[in-house]
Amino acid sequence: MTVMTREETEALIQEVLEVYPEKAKKDRAKHLAPNDQSLEQSKKCITSNKKSLPGVMTIRGCAYAGSKGVVWGPIKDMIHISHGPVGCGQYSRAGRRNYYIGTTGVNTFVTMNFTTDFQEKDIVFGGDKKLDKTIDEIETLFPLNKGITIQSECPIGLIGDDIEAVSKKKNDETGKTVVPVRCEGFRGVSQSLGHHIANDAVRDWALGARDDDNSFETTPYDVAIIGDYNIGGDAWSSRILLEEMGLRVVAQWSGDGSISEIELTPKVKLNLVHCYRSMNYISRHMEEKYNIPWIEYNFFGPTKTVESLRKIASYFDESIQQKCEEVIEKYRPEWDAVIAKYRPRLEGKKVMLYVGGLRPRHVIGSYEDLGMEVVGTGYEFGHNDDYDRTLKEMGDATLLYDDVTGYEFEEFVKKVKPDLIGSGIKEKYIFQKMGVPFRQMHSWDYSGPYHGFDGFAIFAHDMDMTLNNPCWSKLKAPWKVDEAEESVAASA
Amino acid sequence: MPSVMIRRNDEGKLTLYVAKKDLEDVIISMEKSGDEGWGGTVVLADGSRYYFDPFDTEPKLPITVRARRAGGEL
Repeated sequence: MTVMTREETEALIQEVLEVYPEKAKKDRAKHLAPNDQSLEQSKKCITSNKKSLPGVMTIRGCAYAGSKGVVWGPIKDMIHISHGPVGCGQYSRAGRRNYYIGTTGVNTFVTMNFTTDFQEKDIVFGGDKKLDKTIDEIETLFPLNKGITIQSECPIGLIGDDIEAVSKKKNDETGKTVVPVRCEGFRGVSQSLGHHIANDAVRDWALGARDDDNSFETTPYDVAIIGDYNIGGDAWSSRILLEEMGLRVVAQWSGDGSISEIELTPKVKLNLVHCYRSMNYISRHMEEKYNIPWIEYNFFGPTKTVESLRKIASYFDESIQQKCEEVIEKYRPEWDAVIAKYRPRLEGKKVMLYVGGLRPRHVIGSYEDLGMEVVGTGYEFGHNDDYDRTLKEMGDATLLYDDVTGYEFEEFVKKVKPDLIGSGIKEKYIFQKMGVPFRQMHSWDYSGPYHGFDGFAIFAHDMDMTLNNPCWSKLKAPWKVDEAEESVAASA
Repeated sequence: MPSVMIRRNDEGKLTLYVAKKDLEDVIISMEKSGDEGWGGTVVLADGSRYYFDPFDTEPKLPITVRARRAGGEL
């Protein structure tokens, strides 16, 4: 199938919407649209960041997931207490592969689950005493922790516990940073509000700790990586490129990050924002309060990486700009070899994406470098500004879907027939059983890193491994395969 | 009375950002600028209007101010 025209895309959306009742149809229609490159503002074609319809299968998370899972969780030397019943923390434990260096249980705690394990009596009589006791126990058992965050689960907000008071008390007693985060799951429509709440908690309780302390020696080349969660080592493969071009990376937010890095971030000269959705809030704050400019960058695929490296270098003097060119030249043979090897195997294949955060638009460059085409993309929890940034990246009249439901996504795939789908674990097995190659684009399918030039080689290899896997021709039982198909399969 | 942040974008144009509404847009006109002060009613590229109390001179940007929606969509 060739690329769809605008009319075909619109017809497809109408056809898929047909099964909904009138009211649901009207609501969902606003979230599905063919891309229109001529628009500057996405709100003219697509609605986003609205409450999901009751009764549909949404793929979104909650505010707690956004704060504990995404923003705070990867900070390795702090202990993040899942304050409330045990389930929220336990079932999400170590689910996001935020790699880090350290000895788990001694000086780093990312993959561990700490919870106050609420019982009925805590709901009835309040859980502040239990929280107090939990923090004391943590101090006894894990004395090397550098601070504690209290990640509220739904009941905390419902019963009205005063976690701020407990935080202040414990901060006085231990002298360590104690951060209460009001990220109860029922807040907002998706994990996106959790990111915002977590950013505000960083701003109010942690960021300014060293404002009056000038003992940290700065250089004119200090930068911070903001919004890279080090999935499978992503932040490391980004960091080496920045260091090679002469910059000093002071902080990583928050993959493999630490509380002291966070406190030092106000001393940097430039904030490099990878995940705009989850960390633009704190970047804007630092721009206003500390006068630190921020830029968005994209380290997926060589074309975008080169573009971003040059953009970053343009904020510094000529020595950095020159080293930037040297770095690009150094890696050019490497990525040329990757493209030469994999492009012939992947050329012309169609991809559909449905992810969160930054990836629905950022990874498009990676696929295009391999000669693949992204024919549909969508965000779980994106806002208008995300779609604003997506319009120009996507081809005209390609499908955009916001907060797509399980049903819609399946129907789109049946009609558009992409060669590869990139989404999350909940979608993976449905599409694999439908016979469509699939990669998890949240966790890189237990592979990675995908950022930077080193990551691109792994990305290309993974896509090839999935798409050209011989298993896809074996999905039909041998006695059901007709001869025509068999000869095609044999020649492939 | 939402808090709005005013900053200059990469092209040097003034933009207004309303975190709560997730709106960021270029300011196409501002009631007072230059000698007579800085601020007042601003009109965004999408036609919506906001008002904030004018400053005497242009402040250091970005800056967060309390603004309110000014009536009369263009």
